[in-house]
Amino acid sequence: MAKAKKTSTMQVSDELIISMKGVNKWFGSFHVLRDINLNVFKGERIIICGPSGSGKSTLIRCLNALEHHQDGDINILDVTLDNNVRNVEVIRRDVGMVFQQFNLFPHLSILENCILAPIWVKKMPRAEAVDLAMSLLERVKIPEQASKFPGQLSGGQQQRVAIARALCMNPEVMLFDEPTSALDPEMIKEVLDVMVELAESGMTMICVTHEMGFARKVANRVIFMDEGQIVEQNEPEAFFNNPKSDRTKLFLSQVLSH
Amino acid sequence: MSKDPDIVFVRDQDAPLLPPPLMEQGLLGWFNQNILSTVNDFSSPGAAFRSVLMAVSTLAIVYYSIAVLWALVDFAVIEAVWSDPDGLKRTICTTEVAGGLQHDGWHGACWPLVVAKIKFLTYGAYPSEELWRVNLAGLMLIVGLVCLMFDRMPYRMPIGILMLTVYPILAFILLRGLGEGIGLPVVDTRDWGGVMVTLVVALTGIIASLPLGIILALGRQSDKPVIRMLSTMFIEFWRGIPLITVLFMASVALPLFLPKGVTIDNLLRALIGVTLFASAYMAEVIRGGLQAIDKGQYEAGKALGLSYWKTMRLIILPQALTYVIPGIVNTFIGLFKDTTLVAIIGLFDLLGAAQSAINDAAWSSPVQAITLYLFVAAFYFVCCLGMSRYSMRLERKLAKKDR
Repeated sequence: MAKAKKTSTMQVSDELIISMKGVNKWFGSFHVLRDINLNVFKGERIIICGPSGSGKSTLIRCLNALEHHQDGDINILDVTLDNNVRNVEVIRRDVGMVFQQFNLFPHLSILENCILAPIWVKKMPRAEAVDLAMSLLERVKIPEQASKFPGQLSGGQQQRVAIARALCMNPEVMLFDEPTSALDPEMIKEVLDVMVELAESGMTMICVTHEMGFARKVANRVIFMDEGQIVEQNEPEAFFNNPKSDRTKLFLSQVLSH
Repeated sequence: MSKDPDIVFVRDQDAPLLPPPLMEQGLLGWFNQNILSTVNDFSSPGAAFRSVLMAVSTLAIVYYSIAVLWALVDFAVIEAVWSDPDGLKRTICTTEVAGGLQHDGWHGACWPLVVAKIKFLTYGAYPSEELWRVNLAGLMLIVGLVCLMFDRMPYRMPIGILMLTVYPILAFILLRGLGEGIGLPVVDTRDWGGVMVTLVVALTGIIASLPLGIILALGRQSDKPVIRMLSTMFIEFWRGIPLITVLFMASVALPLFLPKGVTIDNLLRALIGVTLFASAYMAEVIRGGLQAIDKGQYEAGKALGLSYWKTMRLIILPQALTYVIPGIVNTFIGLFKDTTLVAIIGLFDLLGAAQSAINDAAWSSPVQAITLYLFVAAFYFVCCLGMSRYSMRLERKLAKKDR
């Protein structure tokens, strides 16, 4: 596991980027998010963990409006998320997301996957988009795969392409929804290395993951969710060594035992 | 305690790499696996019975296939009359008993009949001196289609756009004419007929129903209730009525609803009816493809900031349409053959023209009808098979891209 150098770029600023106040969400009659209050500052690396069904994915999907919250306020990058379509599209340009299932576009090459959004959303000229994409593919260490198709790449390579694709839009915040959960164990490291490098460069990240080693190295805050609520949050060392809530203790004992 | 020697094993010499046994490869292998294996199982009375049954049915199928094929080849090629140099018409295609030249018991195709009628079968009653216009329109179509089929053709996109927008207008001007002034006298659609009408109706229906079908499919999946309801109603309405009824209604009922003196050209009515009918079928085919797309693709598009229409155009539709090429081509092939129904509203497509030629007394003979129907069947078969083969080629090309 690569050790993250706690360089000066991993400082957290006092600029508030995301604020969630009293957010509630229901799927039908199932209360999936209960009274979520969360403030995220620029430069933070937040890890959200918890048992499955606890609402962690739903929470971050509310941040880029893939899910719609029925109650409470979400304010992200000075835009309030509501039913206004224009607001939603503005937010999505500046919030990048990496999915558990990669969700690369199989009918396009790797390079085309990356330049699609800059060209069609930001109206970037094609040559400039290609340069940007190639530099980001080099950053995730797979520039030689640019003309291949997603079906020809391994899982770890596909996920790194997905990260590069999201970075091509130059987002302010990156959301990761269990990025390594669908990967074979030997490929998890290469993806986590990319994420560590991203954190070191100062990107604000919110990551739903079960990779506790990664959390220890890179996070400045760990949040534990259970049954739709934020149960506990703390700095990583304090969180792992000294969990306060019984539910957190139970979860950690199950996750860290193997 | 000593180990059981059967558990411990280390390979010291590679097993030889051999070719498969003779009975398992090549033609012999195919025969062995697919035919012989179905007839050589006599392990039990039930299996023996099945084997004998399979052997008998295999032989019967082979025999009858060859017999039918032979009958066809015999009629169409071996016994057929190929030329009529003296202009004898019916006499060269009938037996002596009926007053003709052929020996008793003769039964073969009368190809000179088709040759004599070919102009009528292709153009209908289109005036002879204006045929160059039809030929020109046809030539432009062929050239355009051939250009579009070549992947490495430069300017493929502009050609495609031209074919879809400018060509229909050009074709309309050429075929129907605008007036004496520019040397293109008007030829009323009543005089159109034969292959020309078949192609006009089929191509218009096929080309127009695809975009309309896409819009309807997207509408049926929309999250806005009004759009979804309207799309569903449209699709179910047009799918619930037979095409022949649609054409009949268009021909008979439509004039009752139009203000006095306003008429819509008969061919145009057929084109609109066929297009709307086909687009309903196309919508359902495409909807199947849309449902096959993983939800993650929509989400990835949204997460990147793409609008609904951009997500559809760049991500979802390319994948969905590729999935349903078999379904789309199937609908096209069905539509191509459905064009024969325009006979009900008085338009002479290829089949209509053939049926009119069957009533020509100068060629009256027992083989008159069979020859013409055989010709029409061959034409449709060749066209539909061509579409089928092209779609397979397209599927293979697109599949190569994904892997």
